[in-house]
Amino acid sequence: MMENSKTIAGFSSPRTDIFPAGLRVLVVDDDPTWLKILEKMLKKCSYEVTTCGLAREALYLLRERKDGFDIVISDVNMPDMDGFKLLEHVGLEMDLPVIMMSVDGETSRVMKGVQHGACDYLLKPIRMKELRNIWQHVLRKKMQEARDVGNHELDQYDEMWMLNGVERLSGKKRKDFENKHDEKEMSDSRCVDSSSMKKARVVWTVDLHQKFVKAVNQIGFDKVGPKKILDLMGIPWLTRENVASHLQKYRLYLTRLQKEDEVKASFCGMKHPDVSCKETSSSLSLQNPVDVCTDVTKDKYSGDSGDKAIVQNGKSNIYESKVKGVVLMPVTEPRSVVGDNFDSQVAGSKIGLTESFGLVNTDVESANLPIPYCSTGEAPQPQYKQDFKPHFQSANGSSHQPLPVVSHQIPVDRTQATCFLNHIPSREERNRHPDAENKPSFFKSKCGVVGNFSPIESTVNLFQPVSQQQRNVHILEQMPSTTWSARSCNVVNGPQSSPGNLSLRSGSMVASVGEDVCGASIQGECFLANNGLRNIEQFDYNDPQPISGVPTCLYDTLRFDYEYPIDSLEGIVMDQGLFIV
Amino acid sequence: MENQKKRQAAYMKRSLLDQGYLDEQFIHLEELQDDANPNFVEEVVKLYYTDSARFIRNIELALENAPCDFTRLDNLMYQFKGSSSSIGARRVQRQCSQFQEYCNAKNIEGCKNIFQGVKHEYATLKTKLEAYFQMER
Repeated sequence: MMENSKTIAGFSSPRTDIFPAGLRVLVVDDDPTWLKILEKMLKKCSYEVTTCGLAREALYLLRERKDGFDIVISDVNMPDMDGFKLLEHVGLEMDLPVIMMSVDGETSRVMKGVQHGACDYLLKPIRMKELRNIWQHVLRKKMQEARDVGNHELDQYDEMWMLNGVERLSGKKRKDFENKHDEKEMSDSRCVDSSSMKKARVVWTVDLHQKFVKAVNQIGFDKVGPKKILDLMGIPWLTRENVASHLQKYRLYLTRLQKEDEVKASFCGMKHPDVSCKETSSSLSLQNPVDVCTDVTKDKYSGDSGDKAIVQNGKSNIYESKVKGVVLMPVTEPRSVVGDNFDSQVAGSKIGLTESFGLVNTDVESANLPIPYCSTGEAPQPQYKQDFKPHFQSANGSSHQPLPVVSHQIPVDRTQATCFLNHIPSREERNRHPDAENKPSFFKSKCGVVGNFSPIESTVNLFQPVSQQQRNVHILEQMPSTTWSARSCNVVNGPQSSPGNLSLRSGSMVASVGEDVCGASIQGECFLANNGLRNIEQFDYNDPQPISGVPTCLYDTLRFDYEYPIDSLEGIVMDQGLFIV
Repeated sequence: MENQKKRQAAYMKRSLLDQGYLDEQFIHLEELQDDANPNFVEEVVKLYYTDSARFIRNIELALENAPCDFTRLDNLMYQFKGSSSSIGARRVQRQCSQFQEYCNAKNIEGCKNIFQGVKHEYATLKTKLEAYFQMER
């Protein structure tokens, strides 16, 4: 059948009829010799190759070019980040197939790779035939996703491509495809058929994840299983597979948090972000808020006067409340950080940033932290673990501090991980919707700081990132689903001191986190702290543009589905605590 | 003349392979070479030299440290070995493996000795390859 994608829907792509040629591969290897060789080999397979020598650079690229890659191949031994960690990040955030490479074929290492989600593990020296076959992983993944019923973000291009590929390989007809593309209306669930190869992904929104966690806690973490969770969650369109894969990631995430927990260097105080960059540092711990954005000017924030951005002061109690594992609540103040009366709250509360999802309650100190964002709203308590006691108390709306919307480019020190903060909701918005129905807001900015979020009623939960479908973080007003990807981040630290202090107004919280950026989910608040935030330039409080262009790659704290552009400040308030692992 | 050079080059390559200086990886690299990258192999080898120089230097420094950081040494050698595998430098790789064994045994003297062997193999390979490329061009 010579039907060509071009005729199908008037859509044409150079790749569609030549799959697997044109496969977009990202190769990550610190060895320049290997990088060159692999690049050449992949080009010989007619793949589109992008190379990079650092894990962080890879993450940056992946985030910058959403859906710009089909598969990632990475060496296990990278200087700036453990290959397995990178693997995890990619799997969680971008949900791309990842192939690991190593000179060392020791079974335990290979097993570790597989456990972390690698879809293959290649031993160096690598042969052409091994690379020629990697498209199978891409195909397989697409098929799995197609089976996931859920939000269908159909990517026309991909669908065409994959469908084409599938068709070529399996002889499936295009009629399904055609039907679906009638109006180029791709976003629907017509293609539940796995052969449609739709790139349908379940977006683990805050809300969804919360339900998931609730179900997990109800069942009992030890006895949990996908079927039970699915039953409890009661989401009709969710499949057992969706839950199973999410559960797997969640477990992995928790395990890692626990491990990292062991490693803490002092994470309090303002430390140089570099310190917190260590992989070993726990991610959510508020660490080194230090270098967070420097010059974030408070002026930008037009918040209620008196509300102070809270910058996570390194010395704040947040650190103390750093919890191992899941701990959400700040030691002192059980109130949600974000909540009414942010100031007082902030002052009193600590952010319990923990490596796991934590509520971040930051002590508010005057800070010049650019607040990446604020989210407010009720934050339902995510229950991540049995011992987790979320103390979010929804603010009873006394003073809804507007969530600072921060979106800007935070120039970040290249050496630091940066987080993307995209920020959002506007105060009015929040005020209007003090309770529920808050849309998640998240912001994306690159900074190593985590913003603190608006005091409004939300609490910030810092979570370890990622939901599988991390996408661009957009501030959406009515975005019902947001995916978070919080990674360790350095929480914003003390004001003035270092570049990159974030000043959050009204209850922004800054959490500095160690290596991982934490995504805080406060209703409508997000923040990310990424270790090494520096020089956050300015958060334009009311400027909703997405942040882009941060040189170092960081994590997006929140990601929204790609197709929702950020139009306004109204952010999405996160309804519930997040976390996504 | 041309043919003779070619024959010489082929002979040299054969000998490098037979003596274990190089392995099939090198052949694979040559297969990758094409009109788009006519000097691909040589370029790769040059990259290898640059990287290797750095590794050798770092290992040397690390060996001079007291007390010796075996983990770091092992890590450096692991990387050097990986790099050597990229061009098929078989003998060098073997020396690297031996070095790693001494590292694991925390035998500093053993490490130092083997390291001499590593450097020697590397230097020999480099010389032979340079001669080969001369002929090949």
